Amino acid sequence: MERQGFDILWQLDQVGFGYGDRAVVRDLDLQLEKGKCYGILGPNGSGKTTLLDLLCGLLVPKAGKVELCGQPLSGWQPRPLARKVALVPQDFVVRFGFSVREVVEMGRHPHLGRFATLTAQDHALVDAVMEELGIAAFADRPVTRLSGGEKQRVAVARALAQDPEVLLLDEATSNLDIFHSLSILGTIRSRVREQGLTVIAALHDLNLAGFFCDQLIFLRQGRLLHQGTVDEVLQSEVIQEVYGVDARVRQDKFSGCRQVSYRVPEKEF
Amino acid sequence: MAVRPGFSFATGIVLLAMLLVSVVLSATMGYMNVPVSDVLEVVFRHFSGAGSELDPVTVAVVADVRLPRILAAVLVGGVLAVCGTIFQAILLNPLADPYTLGISSGAAFGASLVIVLQVFGLALPSALSVPLFAFAGSVATLFAVLTLAAGDRRLSSTSLILSGVIVAAILSAAIGFLKFLADEQVGIIIFWLMGSLSGVSWQDIFVLTPIALAGLAICLLYGRELNIMATGERAAATLGVNTVRLRWILLVTCSLMTALCVSVSGIIGFVGLIVPHLLRHLISPDNRWLIGLSFLGGGLLLLFADTLTRAVLPAEVPIGVLTALIGGPFFCVIFKKRQQDGTAGL
Repeated sequence: MERQGFDILWQLDQVGFGYGDRAVVRDLDLQLEKGKCYGILGPNGSGKTTLLDLLCGLLVPKAGKVELCGQPLSGWQPRPLARKVALVPQDFVVRFGFSVREVVEMGRHPHLGRFATLTAQDHALVDAVMEELGIAAFADRPVTRLSGGEKQRVAVARALAQDPEVLLLDEATSNLDIFHSLSILGTIRSRVREQGLTVIAALHDLNLAGFFCDQLIFLRQGRLLHQGTVDEVLQSEVIQEVYGVDARVRQDKFSGCRQVSYRVPEKEF
Repeated sequence: MAVRPGFSFATGIVLLAMLLVSVVLSATMGYMNVPVSDVLEVVFRHFSGAGSELDPVTVAVVADVRLPRILAAVLVGGVLAVCGTIFQAILLNPLADPYTLGISSGAAFGASLVIVLQVFGLALPSALSVPLFAFAGSVATLFAVLTLAAGDRRLSSTSLILSGVIVAAILSAAIGFLKFLADEQVGIIIFWLMGSLSGVSWQDIFVLTPIALAGLAICLLYGRELNIMATGERAAATLGVNTVRLRWILLVTCSLMTALCVSVSGIIGFVGLIVPHLLRHLISPDNRWLIGLSFLGGGLLLLFADTLTRAVLPAEVPIGVLTALIGGPFFCVIFKKRQQDGTAGL
């Protein structure tokens, strides 16, 4: 943790959040650095989404403080913040029949003045992003008529068109089949490697996390239990502690990363 | 998308041309037929102050009776359609209209109250107090609904619609009670509830025009943000849109515009629902274009309906009834067609 100051994006200090009496996130200390790919893991209701919302300012902490680039998050204006941080939600629902291209173009919003129209540069960026995610072929189709996998790729394209330094993924591929999950996560990971994008992803699938992330953060009941590199914390004892599941973790030759296999607890069945 | 702005622009030009032609044609029609040339002469000569050799009765009929009513139809129709566009966009509900938040019920309650007070012998001048009470009623309703919904800090569309339904339900029971009290005068309330443009004067136009234009300008300012709202509140917020402020500004603007329309014309339904719905489906969902197109389309539809009831039908049918009778079946056809396409409810 002896890093220079400019590498640190977020600094969370004793952050707490809850609804009424029910605490969702408690006493959270966290430091997130530039250019890494973080995975946030934990059972349902462990506060993963709440943590993402706290990071992008959708929720304001009830206790502690959240700083982004050394500035309190509450001091960030919405548009500069949107130029820095983009979010891909789990279910990207678009009302009304906007075309794929129109939705991706919305990503340019924080970069445009009120009456400005897209410049040639903006159009080029939008085209490149659609190409990268393989949605250029149906750019003029209404988003309402796409399949779940196609829609989610549009959501990622829109977030990338925002040209952010940080991408937050809120279980962005949870509803997709393995092919679409891998293709979306692969695209994003190459951005991390090549362009220094930072990714913070709430994930359910431990194997996807092992393949996709550099650093893992395990939450349970709103508390941070473990944080470290995949090799350090993707361990059967950690999985037992966080999820209460009997698991074995091994270094997999085929995928080249740590993979988890599970055993069904016998007495419950 | 490369096609859409051009298509929207062309549609705008066509609608504008149709609207101008319709205004002139509508002014020729009525109890007394006036040739097109005379209408144009009244418009250009009379209003520029130059003398004219036309029959003074013709001038009076066109300039003082027909034109204000025609302009009111265009403005009221246009404003209702624009408000419909905005309400559908911020409530993320294609079935929202300017009355979704109970604005019509509030106005109806205000107007009915005046009529009932008159029955009980309170001397209120109806010409002034009905629109005034209607306006006050809808503004009060709006604030009741917003207060009720504001407990939800994100001011979500579900809270807003639910609050609107609750307040409207209470008010419609209250209106029922007022109708019961009004006894033999109940006809006046019912006629007002069904809307009419028959009593419109230039004075109404002078009030309506600046507010319609100012409201339209405010709505146009937020066109791009409204588009982004279609991707959900969470996604919109992370794109730098202040969703709560956007909702407040546009809800208040549109509700005041609607309240003003209601105070002039009574309750005219369906224009605000059907015009934006159709234009969004047929032309473009892009609010930067849709808002302006809806204004033209709404103006055209209401002018058509009002001319029909004023000059074509043997007796004057309440215009709210007519808009629903014209718009309803049309809406059904579109809805069925979209069900077959698999795009209904979008």
